[in-house]
Amino acid sequence: MKLTFNAEDERFRDEIAQWLETNLQGEFAKLKFRGGPGDEHMFSEERKRWEQRLAEGGWTCIGWPEAWGGRNASIEQQVIFAEEYARAGAPGRVGHIGEGLTGPTILAFGTDEQKARYLPGILNGTEFWCQGYSEPSAGSDLANVRTRAVQNAETGKWEITGQKIWTSLAHESEWCFVLARTESGSVAHRGLGFFLVAMDQPGVDIRPIEQMTGTSEFNEVFFDDAIAADLIGEPGQGWHIAMTLLGFERGVSTLGQQMQFQNELNELIRLARSNGAARNPNIRQRLAEAHTGLRLMRYNAMRMLSDTEDAGSESSALVYKLHWSSWHRNLGALAMDVLGPEAEMLESAPYNLTRMQSLFLFTRADTIYGGTNQIQRNIIAERGLGMPKEAKGR
Amino acid sequence: MEFRLTQEQHMIRETAQAFLADVSSPADVRVAMSQPDSYTPEIWSRLCSDLCLQAITIPEEYGGLGMGYVDLAIVLEEMGRKLFCSPFLATVGLATNAILLAATEAQKQQWLPGIAEGKTTAALAWTGAEAARHGGDWGVSAVSVICETDGNNYRLNGELRYVIDGDTADLLIIAARAPRTSGEQGISLFAVPAESVGIERRWTPTMDQTRRQATITMTDLFVTSEQLLGSAGEAWPVLARTLALAKISLAAEQAGVAGASLDMAVAYTLEREQFGRVIAGYQAIKHKAADMKLKSEVALSAVYYAACVASEVLDPEGSAAIAAELEEAAAMAKGYCSDTAFFNAGSALQLFGGVGFTAEYDIQLYFKRAKASELYLGNGAAQRELVAELLLESGDSQ
Repeated sequence: MKLTFNAEDERFRDEIAQWLETNLQGEFAKLKFRGGPGDEHMFSEERKRWEQRLAEGGWTCIGWPEAWGGRNASIEQQVIFAEEYARAGAPGRVGHIGEGLTGPTILAFGTDEQKARYLPGILNGTEFWCQGYSEPSAGSDLANVRTRAVQNAETGKWEITGQKIWTSLAHESEWCFVLARTESGSVAHRGLGFFLVAMDQPGVDIRPIEQMTGTSEFNEVFFDDAIAADLIGEPGQGWHIAMTLLGFERGVSTLGQQMQFQNELNELIRLARSNGAARNPNIRQRLAEAHTGLRLMRYNAMRMLSDTEDAGSESSALVYKLHWSSWHRNLGALAMDVLGPEAEMLESAPYNLTRMQSLFLFTRADTIYGGTNQIQRNIIAERGLGMPKEAKGR
Repeated sequence: MEFRLTQEQHMIRETAQAFLADVSSPADVRVAMSQPDSYTPEIWSRLCSDLCLQAITIPEEYGGLGMGYVDLAIVLEEMGRKLFCSPFLATVGLATNAILLAATEAQKQQWLPGIAEGKTTAALAWTGAEAARHGGDWGVSAVSVICETDGNNYRLNGELRYVIDGDTADLLIIAARAPRTSGEQGISLFAVPAESVGIERRWTPTMDQTRRQATITMTDLFVTSEQLLGSAGEAWPVLARTLALAKISLAAEQAGVAGASLDMAVAYTLEREQFGRVIAGYQAIKHKAADMKLKSEVALSAVYYAACVASEVLDPEGSAAIAAELEEAAAMAKGYCSDTAFFNAGSALQLFGGVGFTAEYDIQLYFKRAKASELYLGNGAAQRELVAELLLESGDSQ
């Protein structure tokens, strides 16, 4: 059992760190530490240009196979990239859904034609993606999707009708992947298809959701006979593809996410020192708890990523979402308590939040999206501990 | 990235598991608790002769196995899982580290082979009654035995309390301080045979009957300069490192206690039926168990991390950069595992319902061990304050 990376990986670390330092300059300097959760609506044009700069340096899609423009980077290297990216304060990735979800899904299930059509746009940072999973009545119960896909008998095209919700970056994206029911009358996970839909067409209507933060990262997307450009896999295979995709989601990005958390915690410690909260016994306890929690999250993630065959790493993966989301939510509350009454003061009217206010409010979403803490506990109990499954109403 | 157990480490776990399954069943634990020394001597002898685990961290040149702290942590975790009653923690997890860190070559030759062979058990005897001040004070001011110089030698007077396995050990590692000193100044460490004239030892019965504590009174105990470990009056840094390693040992055991408490609770709730179905199917039970699982998993990550750091500390060629994390790593591991073991044992007791409160069921033994281990060397809040000091006061006076 080792704590360190090998020499070759450390050289890789130096390489990406140096590239980021050289390139996060000029027009991109102002993007540092921007565009993360709670700030995803900021500087979207500049951040798209940043994606293209990354692509020129060969730093998009590094985990993809070389044949499709990636570097075939090892898990270690992907982790190091994510860590250094966050450490440098490089901006939140507009391209992360395409790179981390759409791309791997098309690589796993798509035809060569589909790969040739969609992968280059993701790789080059010219086409961006959003995710069409959740619906008003398909939240925790994702399989309760009602959006329909009907194949037009004349054109052979699939036409999508229904409503998706909580779609982040919808207004910034060229494409959406959509889970829709291909078999009318089917229920739950049967009879679903996985579709690729262009956002710029008459049948797609995007409506931003105004959040408690006053901002609108999330959207509702209405499809009204929108034409799907492609179906991935076969009709009926959608649930299998969707679940495989969720497996891509967790993993290597987690250590980069922790580096963002570290940046937030460092900022909070700086504030606690400057206003004397660092001498308050209660705040000291909570800052130490936050620091400990984040360090242990790192070792838990390293255990998860080190050995995908060990039963221990499977368990550390199962608890990961519950752990980080709870930790982050606590950090948000602690930020307010460190600042005391100053925490209330807005950056400016009408409703521009400070970074700490944004952290406080936005972390309330962490324990909800991607599987609520309650759903996570069900999963841990059922898959990790072999306890009985929840009864279902259908 | 190789933050995973090696094949050899999996084998160590399996070996320890097989042995403990054989000798530390709940019935065996209850027998051991009632023995004069609070452990069963024949079983300890078997552990020493058949498995040699008492020699696990002792270098090969002294007859040991020369393995790392992760290996030790795995063994301690398994011992915690089975509430194994033995002088293992005191000897291997606490006292041996003081010899490894502070002793001269001659002193190592004198003491380590006996421990490695299983002939010598040892205890770390460093705290006076002062350790109970303010509800637990495990820093420098807990060292209160007075050592006066007597020519080239020393005379020790005073009382040591809360000494784990102190009245049964063959060898005592004693911390004492020079008269009229305070803080880190004046502290010395000695290796003293427990049967020396001037030592009086008394078992102090404890709520957790799976681990023994003693009070040791020294009256003009004569100690030679050959028995001094390290430099006279300058032992605090090495004692502090010994205590950090002790916390990691204890944390490993606590992770085992936490994991076993969870497993027992899950097994029970999968059997117990109320309202016509097993109670494990109720979300109130599942979600409590999930919280226990989360803490158990993170506790293991904390232990393996801290044990990796400890290995570098004990390895003469280890990474200085990683070894420098010892104090913080130990505080994080002990703090997190203390809270986790108590949370899990307490939650498990609750999930057992009425039978959890009986003497017959074993969860009460885990519950008591969890609290005892939490208190020794400082609870979660005490460890967090140590982390806070490192975090908030390092190089910044604000």
